[in-house]
Amino acid sequence: MKKTFGGPAIILDRSDINTDEIIPAKYLTEVTKEALKPYCLEDLKLEGFDPNGKTLKNARVVVSRENFGCGSSREHAPWVFEVNEIYTVIAESYARIFRQNMFNCGMLAIELSKADINTLIALGKETTGDLDVQVKLQEQQVIASANGREESFSFEISPFDKALVEAGGWVEYADARY
Amino acid sequence: MGQTTAEKIFAAHLRDEPFPGTKVLDLDRVLCHEITTPVAIADLESRGKDRVYDNTKIKAVIDHVTPSKDSKTALQAKMLRDWARRHEIKDFFDIGHNGVCHALFPEKGYIRPGFTAIMGDSHTCTHGAFGAFAAGVGTTDLEVGILKGVCAFREPKSIRINLTGSLAKGVYAKDVILYVIGQLGVNGATDRVIEFHGPVVESMSMDARMTLCNMAIEAGGTSGICQPDMVTVDYLWPFIESEFVSKQAALEEYSRWCADSDADYDKILDFDVSELVPHVTYGYKPDCVKPIDEMVGTKIDQVYIGTCTNGRIEDLRQAAEVLKGRKIAVSLRGIVSPATPKIFQEALSEGLIQIFMDAGFCVTNPTCGACLGMSNGVLAEGEACASTSNRNFNGRMGKGGMVHLMSPSTAAATAITGVITDARAL
Repeated sequence: MKKTFGGPAIILDRSDINTDEIIPAKYLTEVTKEALKPYCLEDLKLEGFDPNGKTLKNARVVVSRENFGCGSSREHAPWVFEVNEIYTVIAESYARIFRQNMFNCGMLAIELSKADINTLIALGKETTGDLDVQVKLQEQQVIASANGREESFSFEISPFDKALVEAGGWVEYADARY
Repeated sequence: MGQTTAEKIFAAHLRDEPFPGTKVLDLDRVLCHEITTPVAIADLESRGKDRVYDNTKIKAVIDHVTPSKDSKTALQAKMLRDWARRHEIKDFFDIGHNGVCHALFPEKGYIRPGFTAIMGDSHTCTHGAFGAFAAGVGTTDLEVGILKGVCAFREPKSIRINLTGSLAKGVYAKDVILYVIGQLGVNGATDRVIEFHGPVVESMSMDARMTLCNMAIEAGGTSGICQPDMVTVDYLWPFIESEFVSKQAALEEYSRWCADSDADYDKILDFDVSELVPHVTYGYKPDCVKPIDEMVGTKIDQVYIGTCTNGRIEDLRQAAEVLKGRKIAVSLRGIVSPATPKIFQEALSEGLIQIFMDAGFCVTNPTCGACLGMSNGVLAEGEACASTSNRNFNGRMGKGGMVHLMSPSTAAATAITGVITDARAL
């Protein structure tokens, strides 16, 4: 299944957000992705963040800082985003396994520079309404708009990661090829 | 230009390079446990592809929550068990024979120098202690591994860490790796392999090398790697005896995986560990480490000795040496979980279990359990645990709990006094 990448963004302004915070281990006993849905970011340690709030419920994009998704290899972290229709994460950098898991699921883990993330976060913080973020994969561009202001950022994506997203994930890609 | 160990392993296992920089490797081992594998199994079934690429290269264990604690964990165990039977996976370990994956699989001789291994578990980097490339992956990578026997990686550059000098008495591999992570930071080795070198590593046992490599992921590393040598050969000898005419012949064969002296590294770091003291974490990231004297006196509610980091026989010996003839503080709970049945039996026959029980410890069966807040020692809100595990994330051992990572020796000393204590001062 191909996914669309964009929508209201939630800003998680902290580095080193780990997979235990994204989905605590006690929920790893579930054997379906759908069952994870209510527990998204339940243990996130971040001032002002409410895991039950409207901002998270409406979010289709997550914006964060360095080393996002560090810790456990659990694909439950991308899955809990997936079942909440968050198919895009934009951050300064990622832990390797989380980043690969996102692309393996046919989702996006986009890297932007610190300066671009600063601009994006500032834009989100100054708006009273939604920060809307749209990803143009072919053009490799992120377009953010809020309060009638628009900013665009270009990003790099490896041809392999792009191929995974276009194939719908690694299982589809590998199955056709190996 | 010479090659690093990882580069040699990548070259020998390259199946495909679909794009420059993306390397699809053939896998020697696909390791499975009951938390991350069932979703892969279910997905393969739903795709009509319930097959395995090679049932002799796939190894499986129920280890995270065992015996099952509720209906959900029982279902996960059942899914793995049924799948292993269906595909005649001979090396499947269930109750009575199961233990923590990263202690059990090495102990069975499954990991050899030059191997590639993946598992749906971030601490798979442990197996690099044998001179292998071993990486934690997600369920989708695991699923493709099970079906096709391949996994894709960006070829990682390596960071070479030279550990020189010699460790003082009462200072262990755990203290070394905590210190190194403190120096590198939690993303200091992201997309990198950490290659450990130097006389300190050479004089370490396989148990200690596994402790080192186990925590490579806590600096973001893809795999930790030690150089195969006679210590590696001695450990593996019962399993490889029929393959080689002598240990020397095995050593010669395995040495080809050692990094070349002119290999190209992302970074080379030298640490003289002669003055190193025991280290302990504070806060919620594994790079928040302090020398023990800055942490002494911190109140602790539970001591947990075990896990894939420090649940091996040498770890239990270190702890028992401190505990012998002593009692744990009444204010505190002590839990010890030998990482495998073999370790448990060795601990029994060496009298270590008696020492733990006399001191007032609860001895549990081998399981990952409390390390990730699953079972057998979950913390209450506001409690602090002195743990020999590898992660101190917020909520890791229970919502609202604090975890201080340390060596078995420091954990044992802490158990006696009820506050973080330097074992060397007891």
